[in-house]
Amino acid sequence: MATKYDWPAADDRSLIGKRHNRVDGPAKARGAAKYSYDRNLDGMLYAKLVTSTVPHGRIVGIDTSRAEKAPGYKGHVNILNVGDEVQWAGAEILAICADTEEHVRDAAAAVTVLYESMPHWVKDEDVEKAGEANRVKPAKDDTKGPNLEEAWKSADATVEGYYGLAVITHCCLEPHGQVVDWTGDEITVYASTQAVARIPGDLATGLSRDEKIGTVAADSVHVITPYMGGGFGSKFNIDTWGIACAKLSKMTGKPVKLMLDRDEELMVAGGRPSDFGNIKVGAKKDGTLVAYESETWSTGGIAGRGSPPVPYVYNNEERLAQKARHLNVSTNIGPARAWRAPNHPQAAVLTMCPMEDLAAKLDMNPVDFFKKNADLTARPEVYRYEIDKCAEMIGWADKWHKRGDSGSGPVKRGLGMSLHTWGGRPHDSTCEVRIQPDGGVSVNMASQDLGVGTYTTLSVVAAETLGLQIPDIKVNIGSSKLPISGASGGSTTVGGTTASTRRATVNALEELKTVVAEALETEADDLVAKDGKVFSKSDSSKSLTWQEACRKLGNRTITGQGKQPDRNGGKLNDSGVGGVQMADVSVDVETGIVSINKIAAVQDVGLVICLEQCESQVYGSLIQGVAWALYEESIYDQTTGKMLNPDMEFYKLPGAGDIGELEVHMVQNKYDDRGVIGIGEPPAISPGAAISNAVANAIGVRVPTLPLTPDKVLAALANA
Amino acid sequence: MSSKNPTDGPARGPDQEPRQGFSRRTFIEGVGIGAGAVGAIGTAQPARADTHEPVGPDPVAITLNINGKSHELKVEPRVTLIDALRNRLDLTGAKKVCDRATCGACTVMVDGDPVYSCTMLAIEAQGRRIETIEGISTEDSMHPVQAQFVEHDAQQCGFCTPGLVMAGKAIVDSNPQPTMADVESGLSGNICRCGTYVGVRKAVYDAARA
Ligand code: FES
Ligand code: FES
Repeated sequence: MATKYDWPAADDRSLIGKRHNRVDGPAKARGAAKYSYDRNLDGMLYAKLVTSTVPHGRIVGIDTSRAEKAPGYKGHVNILNVGDEVQWAGAEILAICADTEEHVRDAAAAVTVLYESMPHWVKDEDVEKAGEANRVKPAKDDTKGPNLEEAWKSADATVEGYYGLAVITHCCLEPHGQVVDWTGDEITVYASTQAVARIPGDLATGLSRDEKIGTVAADSVHVITPYMGGGFGSKFNIDTWGIACAKLSKMTGKPVKLMLDRDEELMVAGGRPSDFGNIKVGAKKDGTLVAYESETWSTGGIAGRGSPPVPYVYNNEERLAQKARHLNVSTNIGPARAWRAPNHPQAAVLTMCPMEDLAAKLDMNPVDFFKKNADLTARPEVYRYEIDKCAEMIGWADKWHKRGDSGSGPVKRGLGMSLHTWGGRPHDSTCEVRIQPDGGVSVNMASQDLGVGTYTTLSVVAAETLGLQIPDIKVNIGSSKLPISGASGGSTTVGGTTASTRRATVNALEELKTVVAEALETEADDLVAKDGKVFSKSDSSKSLTWQEACRKLGNRTITGQGKQPDRNGGKLNDSGVGGVQMADVSVDVETGIVSINKIAAVQDVGLVICLEQCESQVYGSLIQGVAWALYEESIYDQTTGKMLNPDMEFYKLPGAGDIGELEVHMVQNKYDDRGVIGIGEPPAISPGAAISNAVANAIGVRVPTLPLTPDKVLAALANA
Repeated sequence: MSSKNPTDGPARGPDQEPRQGFSRRTFIEGVGIGAGAVGAIGTAQPARADTHEPVGPDPVAITLNINGKSHELKVEPRVTLIDALRNRLDLTGAKKVCDRATCGACTVMVDGDPVYSCTMLAIEAQGRRIETIEGISTEDSMHPVQAQFVEHDAQQCGFCTPGLVMAGKAIVDSNPQPTMADVESGLSGNICRCGTYVGVRKAVYDAARA
């Protein structure tokens, strides 16, 4: 049933779904946006971590005596103590502070930590050796669908292959960290976080564990994060360094800044689990997929890692026989953190790559093969539509050739594709919208803008609802004192925050209409807010400008409240989307270098609020995908147990010239009735599988694991 | 004490590309690195090199010319330009990300050239014209590169943006009609983790033509 909260019908939308400049764009382009790292408070001290230099060991001594005599030293707090075990190189041992950044470096370097070393293991791909090192635990063994043996018998073609992708790290450009100013009973935290509303409780709990500090109330903590420099799933918690930073602030009576160094950021503050697997898939002659069997293993650090959701997307339990076995490999590397669409990029590689290999064996065009089996997915119609659209965008019909059939020159060109899905259920959110007598409107909630466009989407929703323009709305987010809203993870923000904002704005407007109705001698129901005016539907002579209308409030400010979820609040959001991506690559078979010609992406997200920022999320996903498909890997050395590339010269990321042409199509006006669904994760899933498939199509052989570095490409060619 | 002996560190003259990084030893020993070349070429240069004393490790008074204003500060000779800008002068537009000349987030202009300010010492920047992101726009108008960044949504988290804007400005300053390939190569020293290059490339390309 329609409610007053429902999104306006397509014809009535003047802002929703259109292109808008990012509200925070000018502040960022001018370098005026203040990030946590940019906070310089009066008398502020600089802090730095001392971290473990061994991958596994027991701490037998911590000597800070030299550090305490270092120029500018102001204090230190232990995070671990003598007797504690460290499980990875880079583990946080203590935090130390001094008057300048240079002095704190000297002081940190003067700390000596002694360890009794213990055996370590950092290699996840070689599961046999990991097993010999006692690092492997079975995690899952499960069979679904029709009888597997029968299914294999019915298959006309099968392929068995080895596929995988390495551990990578988030490498947020603004490192993890914060500035803490503990004055009296007030703790102000400028945190680089994806969870403004969650940090007060997290910090208070962490501090209260320390008897010397005693109980700290969550309400004494104020988190301020108007801007943050990248998280991608890695910045939900206060972490040991945040708690240590607060303790240093209390101890010294000064504000303290502790931002991780680049090597620490790469070693301990990021990490997407690996996944490797032997996969077998089978199909009938006509391409009907009948069976999928996997033995996979992965690591996310000492805790290992659970199973990826395989088979992925193509997983109908009634028609596809499936068996999945997973092994959990424990390694002494920094612990995994959530990465855009946890487990899905891995599952896409472990499913879409063997599927394209099977299509090649069946001599089928992958577009036909993936479409033919669309009934095995949860959204056959969406995927069929998206596959056709994407194929058109990349020029599949003209450019695709049979695997390896790519001419005699050294540079081979190929196409590949992949499909993905994601939930994106909205998180809980509370919003307060204020309408001031001077006409000012503000949207207030303890949310955050990770760079995805939250300032802009909330402005658009409020402006659309009130018949105003984007600059008329002031969005206040990034403060934990505002009404509580969820953490930004799992593509839950846009659905949650736009719904609470829409409801709050509708409620506020109703109140305004009541006041204006009296002044205009009409009914509130008769009033419409549009084009900067509030006017009567029945009598066009009764009209006030927005400012005039608000002046009728006298000295009263309206506050409209809105919540997500709200059972009576209309259908504003949903979860569950599909997307398709296709890649066009060139591979130089003499050098092994892969380059991207083009990637096309088609994505469904229900109702699009801000088209341009939505597209930016997809472009960003594709670019990050090029990075982990071709370049990125956290490389560990078993002898020393250390990460060999915790820096930006050997932890490779693409530049502006490495990404080829990217084309994005957001599906609009097709699934709008579903309401808003998140966009952060879905497009981040498929790029690796699509690029790997394109490379296989180009050179005629599968390069088994990502990243597809030149050495691996050449090795695959040599083994062919 | 000046670097007369070429093995002590390469000499630099007005006809050579300025070197953007020095070993600490060269620094401490020879602020007047141009001395040898000045003699050879015979151009008029301040003769500061001939009489200088070793400096550091204690803080030294320096003057930096930033965005047309002169700033006096005391820093240890080891303090980099990025740390002087951010920690001493609260000019936090330029970011410190890799701190070793790989990401471009710290890019500023020095005498009109884009420079990684994490790899230049503050004392080395004396007497040179430093321009930061804060200096290229006014209260009411943005530099064309900045305006085009907004126009093309060339930013997400925005942490790389100031560096990319400065790199973009360097491209359009030196080439009024850059091709897309020129733009890509001019931006190749900057990394964006969120993946904004599609908008960034268009922004710089259009800014040159604006
Ligand atoms: S911080 Fe200077 S180049 Fe990265
Ligand atoms: S916009 Fe986030 S790093 Fe570039």
